[in-house]
Amino acid sequence: MDKNKKIKESFINNFHIFENKLNGESKGDFHKTRNDAFKNFTNLDFPNSKNEEWKYTNIAPLLSQIFSIDKVDSKISKDDIKKYLLEGIDAHILVFINGDFSSELSLLKDINKGIRIDSIKDKLKNNDSELLNHLGKYADYRKDIFTSLSTAFTNDGAFIKVDDNIISEKPFYILYLTNAQNNSIQTQPRNLILGGKNSQFTIIEHFVSIDDSTYFTNTITEVLAEENSVIDHIKIQEESRNAFHFARMEVELERNSNFTSHLISLGGKISRNEMNAKFNNEGGESMLNGLFLIEDDQLFDVHSKIDHAKPHCNSHEHYKGILDDASRGVFNGKIMVRKDAQKTNAFQQNNNILLSKEALINTKPQLEIFADDVKCSHGATIGQLDKEAKFYLKSRGIGEEAANIILLHAFASDVINLIKVDAVKNYAEEIITKRINERIKEN
Amino acid sequence: MLLEVKNLHAKVEGKEILKGINLQVNKGEVHAIMGPNGSGKSTLAQVLAGREEYEVTKGEVIYNGKNLLELAPEDRAREGVFLAFQYPIEIPGVSNTNLLKTAMNEIRKYRGQEELDAMEFLTLLKEKMEIVELDQSLISRSVNEGFSGGEKKKNEIFQMAVLDPMLSILDETDSGLDIDALRIVANGVNKLKSDKNATIVVTHYQRLLNYIVPDFVHVLYKGKIVKSGKKDLALKLEEKGYDWLKVEDLQVVG
Repeated sequence: MDKNKKIKESFINNFHIFENKLNGESKGDFHKTRNDAFKNFTNLDFPNSKNEEWKYTNIAPLLSQIFSIDKVDSKISKDDIKKYLLEGIDAHILVFINGDFSSELSLLKDINKGIRIDSIKDKLKNNDSELLNHLGKYADYRKDIFTSLSTAFTNDGAFIKVDDNIISEKPFYILYLTNAQNNSIQTQPRNLILGGKNSQFTIIEHFVSIDDSTYFTNTITEVLAEENSVIDHIKIQEESRNAFHFARMEVELERNSNFTSHLISLGGKISRNEMNAKFNNEGGESMLNGLFLIEDDQLFDVHSKIDHAKPHCNSHEHYKGILDDASRGVFNGKIMVRKDAQKTNAFQQNNNILLSKEALINTKPQLEIFADDVKCSHGATIGQLDKEAKFYLKSRGIGEEAANIILLHAFASDVINLIKVDAVKNYAEEIITKRINERIKEN
Repeated sequence: MLLEVKNLHAKVEGKEILKGINLQVNKGEVHAIMGPNGSGKSTLAQVLAGREEYEVTKGEVIYNGKNLLELAPEDRAREGVFLAFQYPIEIPGVSNTNLLKTAMNEIRKYRGQEELDAMEFLTLLKEKMEIVELDQSLISRSVNEGFSGGEKKKNEIFQMAVLDPMLSILDETDSGLDIDALRIVANGVNKLKSDKNATIVVTHYQRLLNYIVPDFVHVLYKGKIVKSGKKDLALKLEEKGYDWLKVEDLQVVG
């Protein structure tokens, strides 16, 4: 406990510095929420392995760090940024450096009527009521220490609102670039996504680091999918190998809305991904897909919770992992089907390939079903590459290395192929192929 | 001589399946290996292709002047050995084209040849597809995934056509095929036959041999070749059944 006291005090200290720097903004309406979250933070303890939700996710490496909120002098030019942006993407682009919005590096033009794209910081300044009506309302910060911490420090992020009946052909691409230069900084990227009735659009979140600094990203995305909206979310996580990436996504689905999420996760020392979706009305549909590739001592954790609160909703969930060296994977998939949520269809799959003897995955489905007329299924596999398939390839003249690459690639491909934006799909394909080739050639 | 199998013994999971196989195959020949279920036909095919689960305990196999048993499965394929699987494996996420392109290039690399460019490769695929009347859409689909039984077998012969092996081993390629598919598959095999290659047809039924006419027929029984002959041996087997063999076998032993 003593150990944790130190980091806790440093966060408390940081909060006071942060508050002072806010100046006039600390009188803004949202600051009450921050203070409330901060109060919660001080009252909560960091979890340890005795906590069921953190049983296999050892966060000691995070807690042994001290993070700062000092600004890092980052000189990134428009030319520099091109290196980090997805190649060939045609999108509304929001660039954040160390958590702060950069209008200079962003590309926001020809924004159609009915679409709002803002920096949260800008809008908090003038107490934007649309923002305040929703921000912090879905990701409950009262019980979860990381959510309370992130909310307390909330300062900037993307606010995207697509009005009723508006279809945005262009995706919204949010690049969170960290340029920590070996300063152990903490950032709290915060996104609020509001999809109006019958709206349709795609959000891309991309986390990248310029170097291999140690830092702490504690990000929250809240999504509200109004009636009959279709929202596609893609996230590519390529944080520094020494970074801590804690992410929470909270999705509220209204009647007949459709939400899809694709997560491609390669980076971070520890990455914890909480994906929560809640059906607030009938006819909703959600699909959560993900692929993680980890090696060395990386830890990847996905905790999902699908709350079937209403009847006639469908949820699909499929996470796949490729684990090498002494990496650790954690999958925990909770599906809650409430008493009156009849005619629910809920499917869950988690498949993992272990490339080394030391790699470990803990996978746990958690179905809590209180309705009787439902279809739910779950399954998990952990294994090596299919021997039969490998022999088949070899019998065609394909060697061990190429056969392994082909089979791993095939394993990953269905997650990649579900990504609908070509520029993202191609990029995901590229980084995954590169990683697979490296792993196989090294082993 | 292309292939010479000498006194081959093999076991799987501790059980001896092949108990001294002798077989000689020359270029330009078609050999049929027949026998009842459990006689060791498929084991022989798998051992020749290099399946690791089978342990060779005795004997040797000389293929094209090389000790075949010392070669890894992929190297056997690169040396020109091809096994058409009895149960072709489904590989989701790997397209037929990708498999063949990788195989082709790995084989060419092994032989010190340059890789085929995309154009040459596609032309080759098209040409070979016709041999087995394979539907164009199947080549971009995942290997064997969701294929019908007939499509799977056609796909095996298509792969064989593309890879152009010196020794083809067809393991029960006729099983589960309707008469039309059987005719197409057999025609494919016949078209690929030349005086530079050889084919071993492993089958339970004589039916296939009406279409692929063998030069020699061998009867495998309890892990040994108990009878060899010409085409008419197959007909005799068809007529009298394998029970006839058992009687003869007893007589031989007795």
